[in-house]
Amino acid sequence: MHDFLQQLVNGLSVGAVYALIALGYTMVYGVLRLINFAHGDVYMVGAVIAYELAVKLAGLNSPVWVALPIIFLGAMVGCGALGFTIEYLCYRPLRHRPRLVSLITAIGVSLLLENLFQNRRIFGATPRNLPELLVIRPVLSIAVGASHSPVIVTNLDLISMGLCIAMMLGLSWFVLKTKMGLALRAVSFRVDTASLMGINTNRVISMTFVLGSALAAVAGVVDAMRYQVDPLMGLIPGIKAFVAAVLGGIGSIPGALLGGFLMGLVETLLKGYLPAQYNNYSNAAAFVVLILILLVRPSGLLGKTTVEKV
Amino acid sequence: MALLEIKNLGIEFRGLRALSGFNFALDQGELVGLIGPNGAGKTTVFNIVTGVYRPTAGDVLLDGKSIAGMKPFRVNRRGIARTFQNIRLFGGLSVLDNVLIGFNQSVAHGFLGTLVRSRRQQMEERLHEEEAIELLRTFDLVDRLHDSARTLAYGPQRRLEIARALATRPKVLMLDEPAAGMNPQEKMDLMELIGAVRRKFNVGIWLIEHDMKLVMSVCQRMTVLDHGETISVGTPQQVQDDPKVIEAYLGKAEV
Amino acid sequence: MDQAASATMLHRGEVPAWAVNLGVGIVIAALIPVSISFDKYIDNYVLDVLIRIGVAIILAVSLNLINGITGQFSLGHAGFMALGAYTGGVLLKHYQHQIHGALLPPVFIGVTILGGLVAAIAGLIVGIPTLRLRGDYLAIATLGFGEIITVVLNQIESIGKFEVGGSAGLHNIPHVTNFFWTYAWVVICVVVIARLVYSAKGKPFFAVREDEIAAAAMGIDTTYYKVAAFVIGAFFAGVAGVLSATLSGNLDPGDFNFVKSIVIVVMVVLGGSGSITGSVLAAILLTYLPEQLRAFEDWRLVIYALLLIVMMLVRPEGLLGNRELWWKRKTAMV
Ligand SMILES: Nc1ncnc2c1ncn2[C@@H]1O[C@H](COP(=O)(O)OP(=O)(O)OP(=O)(O)O)[C@@H](O)[C@H]1O
Ligand SMILES: [Mg+2]
Repeated sequence: MHDFLQQLVNGLSVGAVYALIALGYTMVYGVLRLINFAHGDVYMVGAVIAYELAVKLAGLNSPVWVALPIIFLGAMVGCGALGFTIEYLCYRPLRHRPRLVSLITAIGVSLLLENLFQNRRIFGATPRNLPELLVIRPVLSIAVGASHSPVIVTNLDLISMGLCIAMMLGLSWFVLKTKMGLALRAVSFRVDTASLMGINTNRVISMTFVLGSALAAVAGVVDAMRYQVDPLMGLIPGIKAFVAAVLGGIGSIPGALLGGFLMGLVETLLKGYLPAQYNNYSNAAAFVVLILILLVRPSGLLGKTTVEKV
Repeated sequence: MALLEIKNLGIEFRGLRALSGFNFALDQGELVGLIGPNGAGKTTVFNIVTGVYRPTAGDVLLDGKSIAGMKPFRVNRRGIARTFQNIRLFGGLSVLDNVLIGFNQSVAHGFLGTLVRSRRQQMEERLHEEEAIELLRTFDLVDRLHDSARTLAYGPQRRLEIARALATRPKVLMLDEPAAGMNPQEKMDLMELIGAVRRKFNVGIWLIEHDMKLVMSVCQRMTVLDHGETISVGTPQQVQDDPKVIEAYLGKAEV
Repeated sequence: MDQAASATMLHRGEVPAWAVNLGVGIVIAALIPVSISFDKYIDNYVLDVLIRIGVAIILAVSLNLINGITGQFSLGHAGFMALGAYTGGVLLKHYQHQIHGALLPPVFIGVTILGGLVAAIAGLIVGIPTLRLRGDYLAIATLGFGEIITVVLNQIESIGKFEVGGSAGLHNIPHVTNFFWTYAWVVICVVVIARLVYSAKGKPFFAVREDEIAAAAMGIDTTYYKVAAFVIGAFFAGVAGVLSATLSGNLDPGDFNFVKSIVIVVMVVLGGSGSITGSVLAAILLTYLPEQLRAFEDWRLVIYALLLIVMMLVRPEGLLGNRELWWKRKTAMV
C-alpha cells in the first residue's frame, strides 16, 4: 500500500510534465491539424535556458525565491519566442499544403534544434547538471497506516504538480473566458469559417504556438532540475507526451491533461512493480497501452469520433 | 421477382429514426426516381443499399438474395454501383485511371502475371483500356484522358463518376443528385445521357434528384420521402398531384 | 485534340515486355562482374556508401508503397527493418562456422528471404490496426510498434542457443553482403513494386489512398490492399535489414528507433510521395549528402536539417511530386 501511494506521487509528478508538453501538442493540433514534431525540442530549449540562467544566477548568489521565478519566466519567454519564430518561418508558408509536408518540416526543425544545441559552440553533446539552486528534498512525509516508511513528496514534486495545475487553470480561464480564447476555439472548430467570421487566424495560430511553447518551457525547467540538461532530452518525453495527447484524444485540452497523468502513472507503476530486469519494458508498455486504447477507441479517450459524411 | 427489392427498410442513428418502412422495387432497364426535401433520408437509403450503413430493420434483395449489411465492396461486386452526392473521384489520378480502377474486378490474371508482365496480362490491360476509352467517349471525356480528375470542371466530374460506376459492370446504377450544381442546359444534357446509358447498358437506374421537373421528365416511377417516411409512390403525374407531396414541398418554388 | 484515337496508340513505341524482362535479367547478371571489380578496385569507404545507398533505396521504395502509394502513414518502418536485421544477424552469426565457400550464396539468399518473411508477418500483424486507424492515429500506432520492437530487442539476450545480444548489441556478424547482393535486391524491389502498382492489378493501391469510400464502392477490398501494402513493404524492409546487418557486422537495437523510421519517411516525402523514382533519387541524395557534409564536421547535421527545411519550403511536393522519371504517360499519375 505504501509503495503504491509513493508510486502514485511519483507518477503524478512525472505525469504533470507529460501533461504540460502534451498541452502544446494538442493545442497546435487543434488549430493546424499538425503534429508539431519540434515541440519536444522546444521543451529541451526551455531546459537549456534554465541551465544558462541558473549558472548566471548562481554566480550572483541570488536566493532561490528570486532565482526560480526568473528562470521559469525566462524560459517561458525564450521558448514562446522560439515557438512564434518556428511557426512564422517554417509552418506558415506551408499552411495550404498537404499536412504531411508540414510534418516533415517539423521533423527538420526538430533535427535542427537537436544538432544545433549538440554543437559544442552552442551547448555541447554532454549532459550537464544544473547548479544546485534548488536542493531537492522531501517537504511532506505522510505516514500511511502502520507501515515503516512514510510516503514522501519532494519540493520538486510540489513545484511540478503545482505549476501544472496552475498552468491548466490559467489555460482554461484563457480559453473559456477571454475573447482570444473564444477565437482559438473558433479556429479549432473550423479554420476557414473562423477567418470568414473576421477572426485573425494568423494571430490565433501564433498565439497558440507561443502558449504551447511556454508550457513546454515550464516542463523543461522542471525536468532540468529533476534530471540533467541534454540536447537530446526532448526526444523521449516529446514522444511520450505526444502519445499522451493522442491517448486523451488529440485536440482536446482536458484530454491532454488526462493522457499526461495516465502516461506518467502507467510508467511509474510499471517501473515500480515489474522486476528490475524488465524495467525497460515499461517504455514499451506505454505504447502497448496506447495501441490497445486506439484499437478500442480509434480517436483517443476524450477525442471526438468524426464520422465522414458519405 | 424484381432485380432490386427493398422490404420495410429502416435505420436509426443513436435513437433517431432516419428511415422507416421503406419499400421499393427496381427492374432491369428501368429508370426510377427518389425525391424529397433536404434531410428526408434519400442519401441514407443509398448508403444502406450500398453497404455503407447497416439497416436496423428490413432487408435488401438483389436477384432475390439478401445483401443487407454486406460490406460495400461486396455489394458492388454483386452488381450495384453508385455515385456520391459530394463527388468522390480519385482526384489525383487521371481520368483514364479512374475508369480503369472500375474494371478491377474483371482482372483475371494473377499477381505473378503482373510481375512478369505476361502476354495475357498485357492483352487484358489493352482490352480494358480500349473499353475504358469507349466508355469515356460515351461520356464525352475522351479528350481529357490523361488529365487528373481533380482538374475537370464540375459537370465533367459528375459524368466521370457515372462512367467509373459503369465500369464495374453493374446491374443497378444508383445516382445521388448527379445534376446538382449544373446549369439548366447541362442538366438537360445529363438527363439525355442518363436515358442513353439506360438503353445502351440495359441497367436499372435509380436516381435521386432535387429538381422535381427534371425527374418527372425522365423517370417512369418515383418515390417521395419526407422525414424518413415514404409519403407517395407512383408515376410522375400521380406523385405531382398527391396533396401530401405538395404539402411536403410547400413553399418550394419548384412545385 | 483527341488524346486517344485508340488504346494501341497509347502503347506506341513501348518496349515489349519480354525485352524489359530480359533487360532486368541482364542488369542483375551484370552486377556480378561489376561487384567483383568493385570489391577489387574501389575504395572500401566508397563501396560502403554505395551499399548503404542501395539499402536506403530498398527502404524508401518499400515505405513508399505503404505511405505514398497506399496512403497509410506509417512511422514504424525501422521496426520491420530491425526484425529482418536481427533474423539475419542472429542466424548468420550462429552458423558462421558451418557455412562458407559454395554454401554461402544459397544460404544468404535463404536468410535474406527469411528476414523478409519475418518482417512480412509483422507487417501482417501491424496491417490489421490500419483497418481501424487513420492518419495521425495510425502514424502514432505504427511508431509505437517500432518502439516496442526496439525495447524488446534491448531486453532479449538470447533465444535458446542463439545469441541476440540485448542492449549490448550483436557484434561480429559475418560481412556477407556486397555490391551484388545489395543491388540485386534493389532491382528486384524497384521492379516488383513498380510493376505491381502500375498495373491493372495494382491500381487499387492508389485508389485506397485517394478515397477509401469511393474505392470500396468500386468493388475494391480496401482491407486487402492496405494489408498487402504493409506485408510487401515490410518484406523488403526486412530484406534491407539483413543486408545492412551483414554490411556493418554490428547490430544495436537503438539503430532502429523512430528516428530511423523518420529518416525513411523523409526520403519518401522528399522524393515525392507516390513517386517510386522519386524515392530512389531521395534515398541516393539523403545518404550521399551527409557524407559530403563530413567536411563541415560539427555543423554537418545542422546543415542537413536546414537543407531539409529549405527543400520542403521551396518544393513541398517533393523532388518529383507525384510523377515518375521515365514511366510512360499512360501509367504516370498526372
Ligand atoms: N451517419 C449519420 N449519423 C447520424 N445521422 C445521420 C447520419 N447520416 C444521415 N443522418 C441523418 O439522417 C437524415 C437524412 O439524411 P440524408 O443525408 O439521407 O438526407 P437527404 O435526403 O439525402 O438530404 P439532402 O437532400 O440534403 O441530400 C438527416 O437528418 C441526417 O442528419
Ligand atoms: Mg443526400
